[in-house]
Amino acid sequence: MPLVKSGRIVKDSFVRIADDAPVPDGVPAIVTGDRFIAEAAALTQRRAALGVVWPNNRPVAQLASYLDSIALIGLVFPLFRDGRAYSQARILRERYGFRGELRATGQVLRDQFLFMLRAGFDSFEVTKESDAAAFVESTKRFDVFYQPTGDGRTTVASRRLGRAVPARNISSRNC
Amino acid sequence: MYRYDELDQALVDQRVAEFRDQVRRRLVGELTEDEFKLLRLLNGVYLQLHAYMLRVAIPYGTLSSEQLRMLGHVARRYDRGYGHFTTRQNIQFNWIKLEEMPDTLADLAKVGLHGMQTSGNCVRNITTDQWAGVAADEIEDPRIWAEVLRQHCTLHPEFTFLPRKFKIAISAAAHDRAAVKVHDIGLRLIRNGAGDVGFEVLVGGGLGRTPFIGKTIKPFLAKRDFLSYIEAILRVYNQYGRRDNIYKARIKILVHELGAEKFADEVEKEWNEIREGDLRLDPAVVEEVSARFVYPAYENLGDNPPELARARKEDRSFAAWLDNSVANHKQPGYAIVTLSLKPTGGPPGDATAQQMDAIAELADRYSFGEIRVGHEQNLVLPHVAQRDLPQLWQRLEALELATPNVGLVSDIIACPGLDYCSLANARSIPVAQELTQRFRDHALARTIGRLHINISGCINACGHHHVGHIGILGVEKNGEEFYQITLGGRADENAELGTLLGPAVRYGEVADVIEDVVAAYVELRERPEELFIDTVKRLGVEPFKERVYAAR
Amino acid sequence: MTSPHEQKKRRINGTVVVTANRLGDGAVVYRTMDDDWTTDIASAAVVAAPAAAALLQRAEADGIRAVGPYIAPVELAHDQRVLPGNLRERIRVAGPTFVLPGTGQECARYAEATLALPGAA
Repeated sequence: MPLVKSGRIVKDSFVRIADDAPVPDGVPAIVTGDRFIAEAAALTQRRAALGVVWPNNRPVAQLASYLDSIALIGLVFPLFRDGRAYSQARILRERYGFRGELRATGQVLRDQFLFMLRAGFDSFEVTKESDAAAFVESTKRFDVFYQPTGDGRTTVASRRLGRAVPARNISSRNC
Repeated sequence: MYRYDELDQALVDQRVAEFRDQVRRRLVGELTEDEFKLLRLLNGVYLQLHAYMLRVAIPYGTLSSEQLRMLGHVARRYDRGYGHFTTRQNIQFNWIKLEEMPDTLADLAKVGLHGMQTSGNCVRNITTDQWAGVAADEIEDPRIWAEVLRQHCTLHPEFTFLPRKFKIAISAAAHDRAAVKVHDIGLRLIRNGAGDVGFEVLVGGGLGRTPFIGKTIKPFLAKRDFLSYIEAILRVYNQYGRRDNIYKARIKILVHELGAEKFADEVEKEWNEIREGDLRLDPAVVEEVSARFVYPAYENLGDNPPELARARKEDRSFAAWLDNSVANHKQPGYAIVTLSLKPTGGPPGDATAQQMDAIAELADRYSFGEIRVGHEQNLVLPHVAQRDLPQLWQRLEALELATPNVGLVSDIIACPGLDYCSLANARSIPVAQELTQRFRDHALARTIGRLHINISGCINACGHHHVGHIGILGVEKNGEEFYQITLGGRADENAELGTLLGPAVRYGEVADVIEDVVAAYVELRERPEELFIDTVKRLGVEPFKERVYAAR
Repeated sequence: MTSPHEQKKRRINGTVVVTANRLGDGAVVYRTMDDDWTTDIASAAVVAAPAAAALLQRAEADGIRAVGPYIAPVELAHDQRVLPGNLRERIRVAGPTFVLPGTGQECARYAEATLALPGAA
């Protein structure tokens, strides 16, 4: 399953660790949400980067106080049409100011890339190779956006009123 | 009439290009049906019994004559020469090929029409009163707010994959002509004690398998909070609406299971996080949208001009149509004209390409180029000078668009039913046709008075049978079509669900039973002016049940 | 009338066909014995209900040509002609059961289909 970041297929620097396996030192590691909550004290002491995959039916508010210690949060689309992670992503970015890597996992398809970017995702475990290759092209489908999200894209309302781009751009990467 | 600017237009054009590519990928097998289905639904493309169906959005039921001509063109070029106007102010074409959908949508896009979000688990067409902007009793034009909200909800990255479809309606008058109480969110423009205009917000109304009347969770919402509060409702729903069972996934179930108060609290909590943020509505934004609504340059005319008075006296048919199909306009000297799409024996709500062209021409000539689509599946010319009414009527008569049955027993609302729809259990259109035959005598229909019959071919209730004065629901029993009949439903500010009359009735007997129900009403009413709905309210269904089932 | 969801749940006895809609244009099609699709119900593969599952499986694998296949009942007329076995399938053969607006004439296929059915309404 190719990983796309900044529009390119890249190698994943993180390793996913099963719940019953020890978390290795010195390696960027991703653990499940359950494990993170259970072992938060220890895990947040790690020097190497820490990632958490958070289920889509659990409030991200539970992560709020740990965000400074988390380098990556993976949110889940169990099916592409289960859109709960879009809300989770926006809350993490826009309410809690999460600045780390926000990764889309699960069934991640071409026709949702732009929605995901707008919601704050910046990396994608893409389900199909062909979709990963078409990433950049598919994000150029639209250049008109009605709603403000944390991505800093100018909205239609702003353009109409001739205002400058809103100062609030909390996306941490070029998308 | 809202004028698209180049930004609105660009979005529609980009959407056509995106869908063209999605169709291409489907046709060559790069997308499975499971991956493609929701994408096509998000452009209003259904697969029905015989063919694909395209549902074109008509935002808040307002069309320009240019747009109506394009709908006629689509009917002729890509379909079988006609279209069907729906209970949500949209139009459906029943026979378009998937291969031709991109071209169809490209043609529609030329006049700013599209099928965006007319299906799928997203916010659907926001509907309102078909007399918006011209009704004497409205506080202000609700369509401006419908447009502000339409833009906000179009391709909203967070709310395109909700648990289920989401329907919003807005009304602006004490008399609710938009059925806001049976929508997922109902909005009523109202004045508070201080004289400010704002919104009453209701949630959790809806029909279908588990009908509910909406609950007020915000008695008065200020205009500046319009978008942020609705965003909060959608976010709570997106996160907590059920995803495990499609029959329990609408917001009405969430509101019911949490209780309205708890639900309101959840919304309030979320809203407090965002109300002072980017979604706080700048009056300049509303002004800007509002400025692109063009209103007619009405002339200074008097009411009841001589041409009208004379024609009314001289022609009884014209007088009957005038009394039935023409309503008061807020501008003196003008009138609101309803074009009945319910001719005797015809499928309700359909118009041919020829009729569409002709109506467009009539709109140009008599209605400042504007047409409205009503949720009762009729059309409206909203700005007709009273002096033009006699001539207009002549033209409408010739087009079979002047049946004087608006709001009467033969003005039936029906879903497409088993003749078209893959969800249906029974047919609805032939039942409607038969009923229009039984009640084709307009003098009789007038004496019966206002009576709304709604027919649905299955429990999904697209015909809104729960809120019909007489509701008819098609079901299947052992391979045969049966119909459950309810009485006493209403969709207005006193919204209520109908009560079951008795055992279900077979297809061949429905029209007889309805005739008996109507006969019972005529017998039971206190006086001729007592409406059917009021007689049912006064007496309940028992006396009707006795009379109808006595002989059966 | 029985939607495909319900038809899947119900056990259908007797003779059946596998039917679907053609991908490109939505036309009603029927699976044939040689793994093809036809718009003519007379050319459909007619099997006894127990054999239908296998036929359906092969049809489902053919998602490039047809969408949403399901098992539908048919009846065999005394002269072995294949007839749709319920109202929904009759409508899929013959079209809506009324004159379409603007056509001014009875839908020809419907007229044929109703004549062919024993006990047609």
